[in-house]
Formats: sequence, structure tokens, C-alpha cells
Amino acid sequence: MDTSLSLFGDYQVIHNYLPILVFIIFAFAFAIGTLIFSYLVRPNKPDPEKLSPYECGIPPMMDARERFSIRFFIIAMLFLLFDVEVVFLYPWAVVYNKIGLYGFVEMMLFIAILLVGYIYAWRKGALEWE
Amino acid sequence: MINLSLLTPEIIVLITALIVLILDLLPWRGRKVLLATVGVLGTVGALLITMGQWDLREEAFYGMVAIDNFSVYFKALFLIICTLTILLSINYITRGGIDLGEYYSLVLLATFGYMFMASGTDLITIFLALEILSLAVYILAGFMRHSPKSNESAFKYFLLGAFSSAFLLYGIANIYGVVGNTNLKDIAQYLSQEAALKNPLFLAGMGLLLVGFGFKVAIVPFHMWTPDVYEGSPTTVTAFMAVGTKAASFAAFLRVFFYTLEPLKGQWVPVLWLLAAVTIIFGNTVAIYQKNIKRMLAYSAIAHAGYILVAMVAGNDLGSSSILYYLLVYSLMNLGAFGVVIIVEKKEEENLTISDYRGLAYKHPMLSAAMSLFLLSLAGIPPTGGFVGKFYIFSAAVSGGYVGLAIIGVLGSAIALYYYLRIIVYMYMYDPEKEFLDGPVPFFSAAALVITAIGTILLGITPARILELAHYSISYLGH
Repeated sequence: MDTSLSLFGDYQVIHNYLPILVFIIFAFAFAIGTLIFSYLVRPNKPDPEKLSPYECGIPPMMDARERFSIRFFIIAMLFLLFDVEVVFLYPWAVVYNKIGLYGFVEMMLFIAILLVGYIYAWRKGALEWE
Repeated sequence: MINLSLLTPEIIVLITALIVLILDLLPWRGRKVLLATVGVLGTVGALLITMGQWDLREEAFYGMVAIDNFSVYFKALFLIICTLTILLSINYITRGGIDLGEYYSLVLLATFGYMFMASGTDLITIFLALEILSLAVYILAGFMRHSPKSNESAFKYFLLGAFSSAFLLYGIANIYGVVGNTNLKDIAQYLSQEAALKNPLFLAGMGLLLVGFGFKVAIVPFHMWTPDVYEGSPTTVTAFMAVGTKAASFAAFLRVFFYTLEPLKGQWVPVLWLLAAVTIIFGNTVAIYQKNIKRMLAYSAIAHAGYILVAMVAGNDLGSSSILYYLLVYSLMNLGAFGVVIIVEKKEEENLTISDYRGLAYKHPMLSAAMSLFLLSLAGIPPTGGFVGKFYIFSAAVSGGYVGLAIIGVLGSAIALYYYLRIIVYMYMYDPEKEFLDGPVPFFSAAALVITAIGTILLGITPARILELAHYSISYLGH
């Protein structure tokens, strides 16, 4: 038995995650290595244009850290909710032929519950900007 | 097998919650009463179906959910709590200006979470149930949007609740890392090997689970959020979470520790012994100093979690049945005591200090009599259910060989007598200085008080039947 893993004994599960650990180490090493290498070989000629943050190509207008309306939060939350719904629909659509009527009914129930939430948000005026 | 039909009670509660949410959108003035009616009908219907599931012993969703007597007992308890909470809330939330349809919907959704806490047989199901109920109760705690105290309460509960969820989840992750599975049955199977009992990762996971559950049932030293949250929340919500959340967390706590982690008893019993002793002593002594009745009841709720821990430590047949018995009695008497507080409380947090109860008996003799009954039951005076429950717990501790802990528990109850009786003294031995209520006692609140009072007395006079049910519930755990 490998003594370096004695804390975990011979628990197979831990061994299964070893590739992930190796992968993480390699990812960090690659990123840090690239930065160090480019720092060593590149010419260094900074100017204000180069140092400014990239904002879709336009010159930045102001500081990004400002207060914005709470209405954005509601919109963002609703977007998140219904976006996740769509994410669930994709795998369902892919295996639809295999799961048949049961899968169809189940997804309809899922959508029905979300629909209640949608009607609720709509009637409560969460979708109105004013 | 999925066996969706076994989950009919849960599905009814969920659909009721959605119907209430939709009904509230109707442009009709009388709809508020309708919402409560629909809510009560839904929970009572679910309660009847749940009772029909007694002795069924089935599994659903491929072993993620169990319909055994243990979960049926607890689900019936949660549905009773939910019904009583709705009855107590009808008048209160109208008076408080928070009569929104979401209120009932959230109470029902929290109950939905409670039910899965009792029936979940997979750590993931239990965690999901905990999140469902917590999210609903966080919102309920902050339901008085214009009161800074209510906001503070919701915020504190949310932060500490999220923190405790993290503990629980980390514990689950550790256990999963060792066992490779989150199902309670598989974990129990894993623990049947001798070597598994000494695995440090698994023990760390178990400790983290203990902390996570400790937060939710509010045992010292994980109780810090309780007084502030209980004080700031709307009183109906305080009653609901003091009773429901505590019982639901105990349900999952019991299933995980009594069934799955039973082979590790040698490790967790000494810890629980210490926690029980500290909880009883701390909860009862600090309760003496409280001036606000909701804070006092919060500390009393902490102390009562300590008594239940005593029975968990004892762990014998009587001990485990008395936990279920005590949780039922505790729910009824605590809902009753909070019910009186709810009726007497006025807008702007008036009538919430203990000295406000001065002379209540001369204006409202029935209300004071009910309050005295609930307080005496909480203190453990015969012939109430509280006495019988405590008697079972402490005799279980003695016969289990934990005489020291039983002595601490009895001493704690003696201290508790002081702060419970103080309210009775205020009610009966002083002259009234003011009018307490603006009108007569609201009908639905009175009905809830009558139900809880009858329950408290009946459980004190004829405890054998319920104790037998409790015994059958817990002895089938995990079969």
C-alpha cells in the first residue's frame, strides 16, 4: 500500500480524484509559467491607452464601481430563474425519444410550476420598468 | 422505483402553496380569508392522507425518501403545526398590515421542506429539504418590511443559516469522500466494517454534521442567532419556527444519528452529553434575565432542545420514544404560549414585555388560564403533557446510566419554574392598568388555543397511546 496516502487508508474514492489534483496543479503551473516567460522576453513600452481597461473598444466613460438601480437585481434574478429553466430543457430535449410520455409529463409539471412563478412575477409588476 | 403516489401529502401541500399564490392575484377584496381557508383545507387533507400511510414502510425515488412510521409521525406533527400557525396568523397579520398572500404560501412551502426533512433518507435530500424550509423561513422572518427589527432578524438568520448550511454541506462532502455515496443506508453499510469506525475523515464529517444540525435546533454553543431572530420576527413566524424548524431539524438529526451513525455512538454520545448539560444550564439561567417575553420564550426553546438531547444521550427504548413524544408536547404547549402572546401583542411592538401582562387575569380570565396552563406545562408541572414528557426523558436518562445528566436536567427545570411562574404572578397578582385587546379575542386564534390546550392536557392525562405510537415510529427507523 502507498504510505503517502495512509491518512485515507486504501479508500479507492480518494484515488479517483488524483487526476483532478494533477490537472489543477498543471493549470496553475501553466498560467504562472506563461506570465513569467512573457515578462522576461517582452519589450516594455506602456502608454495610457494600453493601460486603460478594455470596454468593448470604446474609451471607458467612468468608474465601474457606482451604485445602480435595485430594479436590475429583480430583472437579473428573474433572468437567472428562467435561464436555468431553459438549461434543463436542453438535456430533456436530447433524450426525449428515450424517456417518452413520462418524461414529457414530468417536464410539463416543471414548466407549470415555473409558469405559476412567471404569472406571479408578472402580476406583481416585476417586469415593469417604471 | 419512483412511486410518486407515496408523496401525495407533500404534493398536496406544494399545490396548495401554488394555488394560494395564484389566488392572491385575483382582484377580489374578500380573498384574504379565502387564502387561509384554502391553506387549512390543503394541510388538513394532507394530514388525513399522511395518517393513512401509517405502517406502510415504503421507499420512493430510488431510496432517497422513506415513507416509514418515523416520517409519518413527524409529517403529521408538521401538518398540525402548519394548520395551527395559519389559524393563529389570520388575525395577526391583518392587524400588523402584512396580510399578503405570500405569507400563507411561504408557511406551506416551509412545511413542505419540513416533511422532507423527516422522510429524507439521503444526505442530499435532507440538505435540499433544509434549504427549502430555510429559504421560506428567512423571508417570513423579515415579513414586517417596515420594522428594522424584523429586517435585522431576517438578515441575521440568513447569514447564520447560510453559515450552518455550509457546515452541514462540508460534513456531507467529507462523508461522501470516504464512503462514495450519500445514501444513509449505504453509509450504514459502510460503517458495519470495523476499520471504518476509525477513519479520521469520516469522524470530521460527522462532527461537521453535528454542528450543522446543532445550529438548526439551536443548542448551545450554536444558539447565538436564536434570541435576536425570535424577537425580531413577526410573532406568528417566531412560533412557527420555534416549533416547526426545531422539530424538523430534530427529525433529520435523529434519523442520521440514531440510524446511520449508530455504530459510532461511542464517539458522539459524550459530545451530546456535554452539549445537553451546557444547553440546559445556559438556556434556563439566561431566560431569567429576559424582560421581553419573546426573548424569554426563545431561551426557553433553547433549554427545551437541551432536554431532548438528554433523551438522545440516553438512547434506550424509552429515551428514543420520549423524544418523539416530547416534540409533540413541546409543539402544542409552545404554540399555545406563543398564541397568547400573539393575541395580546399590539401594533408597534406594544404588550411584549413581561410586565405588560400585569393583571391580564382580571380582564381576560380565559386567556390567562390558557397561558398559565401552557407555562405550567413548559415548566413540567403535572397534570400537563410537559410533565409526562420530562418524566419520561429523565427516567430514560437514569435507566440508561446517565444519572448526572438527569440531575442537571431536573435542576434546570427547577430554575425554569421561576421565569415561567413570574408571568403567572404578573397575570394574577397585580391589578390591571390598561385595556389589553382592542376587541374580543379573535375566533380563529381562540380555536387554535383551544386545540393546543386540549392537546396539552390530554397528553398529560393519557400519555400511553401517543407514547406507544412514538415507540412504533422510532423503532422502525431504517427498516
